[in-house]
Amino acid sequence: MAPPNVVAMEERWSTEDILSLAPDPASGKAAGKLSGPSPWSEQGSGQGVLWGLCKGSGSTPYRTAVELGTPAYRCSCPSRKFPCKHALGLLLLWSAGPEAVADDAEPPGWVAEWIDARREAAEQKTARREAGAAEADPAAARRRAERRSARVAAGAGELRLRLADGVRRGLADRPSADGWEEVAARMVDAQAPGLATRVRALAETPQEALLEEYAMLHLLAGAYGRIDTLPAPLAATVRTRVGFTADSAELLAGPTVRDRWHVLGSRDTADDRLTTRRLWLRGAKTGRSAVLLAFGRPGQAPDLALPTGRALEAELAFHPGARPLRAVLGTRYGTPEPAPAEAPAGLSPEEAMAEYGEAVADDPWLDAWPTVLTGVVPVLGPEGWQLTDGRSALRVRRGSVPEAALWRLAAASAGHPVTLFGECGHAGFAPVTAWTESARPIGVTQ
Amino acid sequence: MTASAVGTAAEPARTAVDDDWAELETAALLGTDRRPLPPPGGTGPAGELADAVDRTDQATALLELAALAAVRRRAGATAGAPPAIPAPAAPDPRPEVSEAAARRLAVLLGGRSAAATTANLAELLPQWLSAARERGYRPPAHLLPSLLDTARTRSELRADTVALAGPLGRWLAGQNPDWRFVTRTAPAGTPAIPAIPAASTEPAGPPATAPLDRPTPDGEQLWHEGLFAERVTHLTRLRRSNPAAGLALLASTWSTERAEDRVLFLDALQDGLSASDESFLEAALSDRSKNVRTTAAELLSTLPGSAFAARMAERARAAVRLTYGSAPGAHLAVTPPAACDAAMQRDGIPVKSPTGRGERAWWFGEIVAGAPLALWAQDTGLTPDQLLTLRAADGEADWTDDLHEAWARAAVRQQDAGWARALLGPAPRPGRPGRTSGAPARLLAVLPPAERAAWTAAFVRAHGLGDAFQLLGACATPWTPPLSTAVVAALERAAASGAYPWSHSGVLGMTERALAPETAPAVEALAADAAPDTAWADTFGRLAETLRFRAAMLAELTG
Repeated sequence: MAPPNVVAMEERWSTEDILSLAPDPASGKAAGKLSGPSPWSEQGSGQGVLWGLCKGSGSTPYRTAVELGTPAYRCSCPSRKFPCKHALGLLLLWSAGPEAVADDAEPPGWVAEWIDARREAAEQKTARREAGAAEADPAAARRRAERRSARVAAGAGELRLRLADGVRRGLADRPSADGWEEVAARMVDAQAPGLATRVRALAETPQEALLEEYAMLHLLAGAYGRIDTLPAPLAATVRTRVGFTADSAELLAGPTVRDRWHVLGSRDTADDRLTTRRLWLRGAKTGRSAVLLAFGRPGQAPDLALPTGRALEAELAFHPGARPLRAVLGTRYGTPEPAPAEAPAGLSPEEAMAEYGEAVADDPWLDAWPTVLTGVVPVLGPEGWQLTDGRSALRVRRGSVPEAALWRLAAASAGHPVTLFGECGHAGFAPVTAWTESARPIGVTQ
Repeated sequence: MTASAVGTAAEPARTAVDDDWAELETAALLGTDRRPLPPPGGTGPAGELADAVDRTDQATALLELAALAAVRRRAGATAGAPPAIPAPAAPDPRPEVSEAAARRLAVLLGGRSAAATTANLAELLPQWLSAARERGYRPPAHLLPSLLDTARTRSELRADTVALAGPLGRWLAGQNPDWRFVTRTAPAGTPAIPAIPAASTEPAGPPATAPLDRPTPDGEQLWHEGLFAERVTHLTRLRRSNPAAGLALLASTWSTERAEDRVLFLDALQDGLSASDESFLEAALSDRSKNVRTTAAELLSTLPGSAFAARMAERARAAVRLTYGSAPGAHLAVTPPAACDAAMQRDGIPVKSPTGRGERAWWFGEIVAGAPLALWAQDTGLTPDQLLTLRAADGEADWTDDLHEAWARAAVRQQDAGWARALLGPAPRPGRPGRTSGAPARLLAVLPPAERAAWTAAFVRAHGLGDAFQLLGACATPWTPPLSTAVVAALERAAASGAYPWSHSGVLGMTERALAPETAPAVEALAADAAPDTAWADTFGRLAETLRFRAAMLAELTG
């Protein structure tokens, strides 16, 4: 097998790509000060690696290296941040062009050693995964799983009663946010974090959508109660939505789908505990949609960055379910390469709703499905933004993107039809990426 | 099956599904304790499913029926009726900036990657805008909203922003009230932009479909119905392209304008001012409003051939006379006016000095400043340089400073480079003070750019940066290499002398904006040599980064 880090010399990354890797804004700023040539010496790049010596406050310069394929970083500085400002500064310097950091150089000894060590570690890990897939004590693991199932089932049963009580009293009489928080805490205790999240969301749900949300949550809790009677894919969907997680390594050990995956867009969302990045892909050969999730600590960018508009050859392992979508990224072959210049093929608003309808028939809890719309004009009307092809229209899902993003979209279209990727669902369309005539993809939320 | 529409424009026909849902919702809202469930009796497969729901517990049954209905609604949701599509933006024939320049603009507008540079972006954005405009580019469409938002809060960017934004900017401004300033700002570099908004040159599109596309009013309509700022903008644009038409437009409504508006409209006549405006301005000297009269007088004093100028020349001759009297030879005999008569007042000379100067000195200054400078050479046969060496006196009282100060005002008003040059004197050298005692920046602005830069460079070499702020501000950007070198050398001296960088913060800000790119290596060297982690190291480092950034930025806009 070809080592994954030997890559064709690729186009240099943009400043945005590099800064999306910064662990916090301060690191980005500090890296900016190191992005000029003056602190650097003996810098070079070649064989998919980038290296240089950075003058610090001490007498010995720091040795900084970046392996571009993964990416992975190494620096002799004492910083606990990862990647450190030196690695980011070196990347920024490199992004300026070959006059700043030469191409096709021969890595010095310390870089070559690091790369070899990484390769060995990766091979050992693969070997361990293959050898150690069998659990140490299968009987103990089964007992643990049975205990959890029982607790979740009890929690789901309790939730059904709570929801029915609410309907008995009447939804006009809404419990306080604290009331929901208490129920959510019970669900966390019952090891059903998926149910807890949905319960918390009820506190924010507008009155007109409340019955639907109650009913869908009641349906989910009920479905878990009789999960043994459901077909396997639907049972997997229910388990995922209730809050069971799948182990990435286990998924990757199972069947994978190799394809040339076109990166359709990405969006970061943050709450006080987590930054979540969603990366949407579509396979060129299989036509399958996939979403990759990456997480970072608050205020920190997740470590997975795939530039929109590029395509990458890779194996994906899908989480099981009635309508598989979420996937984990397995082996990559090469680095992302430019995708074809034209916008991706898409659907009309009518067709997009029909496709969402089919997806709901598989997974009734599905709120939206990744969709490319073709030839739609964003129009601001008295009731908000709509996307129309002149024959029918979808409204933009309220609150799905900031107002400024919609103006960005409107300006990009200039009143002409665009190709638009986003999530299409019963509450409307949430735009993510637009392609105009110039065909360069534009991240709607940046 | 039509269940519900995700579009909003038209209310879809109500269906059985919607009716069922409404009944369920009412029961849920009031509570099943108070409101019983609707009776079973559905038809078709969905009805059969609903009838199969166990109704032992009403609340549970309601939630199950609601889940059935909700999934049915979601799976059957369709797109809504289309709204009318408003006319698109008029095409913009200018080429879009390169991808690199577009990324640079995003950084300047404060995108995420702004964190990666220590360069002073606030100083660099105006340069990006004017360079892109001058080179005939348009910015990438998707960055326009962010640019318009920035120009909304930084009004000094508006003229370039409006010119750059072009037809797409006007189209966007028609939809977003936040960007209304676009229609009220005269774009920079008028020749590239037609005086009247482009709508009149477009082929007639489909009838405008409200509410987005408000028809662009033509000039006449804008003048009669527009907001004040829109009217000033329109008048300014018109004066730049066709001064006579501008004057005619203003004259057509002059008598009905409010006094405070008349002053500002009159100001707009500065663009394209010529002898053909004289009679209008003469008439304005009799205006009811004092401010209008003063403004008219100021404008007339910049027209040396006018009747106004002749009247002022008459008064100036009476006040200053070349005399070959007793030793030390020739001097200028001053006879300050004894009173401010009605004719003087009509010509805009206030009776009282606003700053409380002595009356006769005040009237004298106003007269000399308003008189055409050419008269002095004509009457005396002397050059400005020669005249400036003469003492001016009224008996024992020395009037030299008053006279020179008034000449300086006249030179600025009449944009007389010969007089400005003489008043400034030769470029200063160390140890020898310049001829002018006051701030010479306004005189400097009258000189051609190269001369301005050379004079200022000499000043900076002689006197350092302490008093150079206004002079540097009067120089064209980017600074010439000699001026840039002089400034960098002065900064180096300031650092060596132990001064604090923030005592030069004004000059440093200007330097970031204006230093010649050729000087960058010298600044890099200063940054490298400065003691690490000191304020000057930071200052030079930031300056070097700004210069590097600026050079890259301008290079991206060339090519």
